Amino acid sequence: MMMNYFPDEVLEHVFNFLTSHKDRNAVSMVCKSWYRVERFSREKVFIGNCYAIDPERLISRFPRVRSLTLKGKPHFADFNLVPPDWGGFVYPWIEAMVKLGVHLEELRLKRMVVSDESLELLSRSFVSFKSLVLVSCEGFTTDGLAAIASNCRFLRELDLQENEIEDRRGHWLSCFPDSCTSLISLNFACLKGEVNLATLERLVARCHNLRSLRLNHVVPLDTLQKILGKAPQLVDLGAGAFVHDPDSETLNKLKNAIQKCTSIRSLSGFLEVAPCCLPAIYPMCLNLTSLNLSYAPGIHNNELIKLIRHCRKLQRLWILDVIGDKGLGVVASTCKELQELRVFPSDLYGVGNAAVTEEGLVAISAGCPKLNSVLYFCQQVTNAALITVAKNCPNFIRFRLCTLNPTIADPVTMQPLDEGFGAIVQSCKGLKRLSLSGLLTDQVFLYIGMYAEQLEMLSVAFAGGTDMGMLYVLNGCRKLKKLEIMDSPFGDVALLADIGKYETMRSLWMSSCEVTLGACKTIAKKMPRLNVEIIDEGDQMETSPDDRHRVEKMYLYRSLVGHRRDAPDFVRTL
Amino acid sequence: MEVGRKMVNMISEGSEKGKLNFEATELRLGLPGGGGSEDELTKYNSNGNGKRLFAETVDLKLNLSSKEPDMVPEEKGKNLAKEKNIICSNDPVKSPAKAQVVGWPPVRSYRKNMVAVQKNSNEEREKVSGSAAFVKVSLDGAPYLRKVDLKMYRSYQELSDALANMFSSFTIGNCGSQGMKDFMNESKLMDLLNGSDYVPTYEDRDGDWMLVGDVPWDMFVDSCKRVRIMKGADAIGLAPRAMEKCKNRT
Repeated sequence: MMMNYFPDEVLEHVFNFLTSHKDRNAVSMVCKSWYRVERFSREKVFIGNCYAIDPERLISRFPRVRSLTLKGKPHFADFNLVPPDWGGFVYPWIEAMVKLGVHLEELRLKRMVVSDESLELLSRSFVSFKSLVLVSCEGFTTDGLAAIASNCRFLRELDLQENEIEDRRGHWLSCFPDSCTSLISLNFACLKGEVNLATLERLVARCHNLRSLRLNHVVPLDTLQKILGKAPQLVDLGAGAFVHDPDSETLNKLKNAIQKCTSIRSLSGFLEVAPCCLPAIYPMCLNLTSLNLSYAPGIHNNELIKLIRHCRKLQRLWILDVIGDKGLGVVASTCKELQELRVFPSDLYGVGNAAVTEEGLVAISAGCPKLNSVLYFCQQVTNAALITVAKNCPNFIRFRLCTLNPTIADPVTMQPLDEGFGAIVQSCKGLKRLSLSGLLTDQVFLYIGMYAEQLEMLSVAFAGGTDMGMLYVLNGCRKLKKLEIMDSPFGDVALLADIGKYETMRSLWMSSCEVTLGACKTIAKKMPRLNVEIIDEGDQMETSPDDRHRVEKMYLYRSLVGHRRDAPDFVRTL
Repeated sequence: MEVGRKMVNMISEGSEKGKLNFEATELRLGLPGGGGSEDELTKYNSNGNGKRLFAETVDLKLNLSSKEPDMVPEEKGKNLAKEKNIICSNDPVKSPAKAQVVGWPPVRSYRKNMVAVQKNSNEEREKVSGSAAFVKVSLDGAPYLRKVDLKMYRSYQELSDALANMFSSFTIGNCGSQGMKDFMNESKLMDLLNGSDYVPTYEDRDGDWMLVGDVPWDMFVDSCKRVRIMKGADAIGLAPRAMEKCKNRT
């Protein structure tokens, strides 16, 4: 109660120490005066679903917003389950911020559609714009990047992660004026086209504060060597092409340059690689905390193992399954600080060809006591292995296991994998994110409902037997925010059992399940603050369908602003 | 589901939610997969909608390893026949027709595209022997030699262009590139050899000096030890085979 008598400036100062959105949101709910102080002092806003709110309302609540994070399409859009043109356009947001005089400095977008017009408008409108981070976005070309480079005079960060960018082979990089020296982070690894190498070298040379640089595959080793010479202060490096004659002068120069780059802690790239050149980077490995070789299929198993033996301080490792169970054993014995492991499949079109099995995961769990986040694509897994992993690693926050055959049973016992995943949720009391795969019955969902108290996101595919499965989860997981289900036999009974629950969640996705149009309509009618969208790619909706008709794809989410106005023809909001 | 019912009873009796210990979660034979799931199956199938028979459609078409258990979907009750969701790829190069399920495995399309492209280009490059194939290239009259990695190129044309770039400062008039392009044309070859233009030759594994271009590219990369771009006049001795070919054709 004492806090009520502090002047606003003091409250504001105290609130500044709260860095997480959750904390600030909590604080704003305490009382009216805290709500008021908090909203005027909030500079960073995170919107998990761009359709849950509109920009006008956002800006009227937080007029001083400087940094905005927006997420657009549902997660399953990553796996081609959402048709193109579904939505998630950033333009209206930028337009609104311009109109309402926001002093935007940072924009971070994930799974959104970004047009060149948006980028141009952005670049011209916000004088102190500093940071653009685009993850899994699409809709723009290098022309948009040229606008950003030309017009954002104080740009510090341009970070393009895994976007689909049309490369018009222009000279966007040359659009950074000579006066631009403010870059701290530049990541263009996802671009497919050429960049002017001399321009790149000059840009790097004049940006003395550059800490993070990720090159695309056309930047040759020769240029890399020159760049490292000019930027020994780099902390994060993404190599482009790493191919050269191992006996050459260039490679010697590279080795010398690397010796001077004592700050590098994070390494990625190697999109093209000649394995004989890899030893050049061994000196860097000693201090690496993060290593991403998941885009380097050119590095074979034995070279990977040799490399990893040098990486004793690794905390994060993203790698391809070519490393094999044996290689993961080496990781387990070398990388005692490991917290996050992601093992991606290298053979994506041949189910049955993953090079790792449950043995690798067990080895890691036994050897790496700090492990808390796993994404693991594998050939198969056993309940025994999962139970062992659960015992070894009670600290998992994220656990995603993906068997390449989505309904594979335990190959030893031929049983479903319920017990294994059940052990995981029971042991890992802090588990926030879980993805399941393999042969799974309603039983696993009972375990999840009973034990996964902190679970916020659950991804389900080809699992469960009856509506009970989904019910267990909805009834049990109090903190559930995102539930996404594909190809599982959950229907109306589960969907309609507790529709109030969906207002406590960000979103629910169900595709190829058993829910009917009638049930979806029921929800839409009873819950005005939920948007229930049906995605229909066929002709179903045209021939006025029966309410008993099964719905192929349904996406529902809470929203304060009603139906969205930009839905395409194939999306019907009920 | 035996176990399921037990658990529900526990809860309804007001016992503590938490404390199933690990023994309880240990493997037990006779878990779901037996009688229980048949009940589910009956309930489940009462809708009678067409459902995807996932395991059947996919298993039959996929190249599964021998470790793959022979899973029986009927017991489980997942009968969804949805052919339209299954993409069949009839790529004869890769394998017999493989069925792909939309959305599985859950890998971002960006990553799928990147890794597929890289694998192809790496495989092409490594098809012959696995690592780079650097060979010395000499041009008659040039002050120094160059080295090229033959694996960086996929055809004679590419190599020819690269060499032309490298030696453009030394040669006069129609140099390496024209020479290479034209010699593929047998009749022009005769003009070349009679003139003062350059002809590319190489030393193969057996130590013989051969005319570049006779054998398929991959075979050339495999057998070439060094390249010498000779003056036309010096290459006459290599021409007999070509001259014979010309004779045989007319």
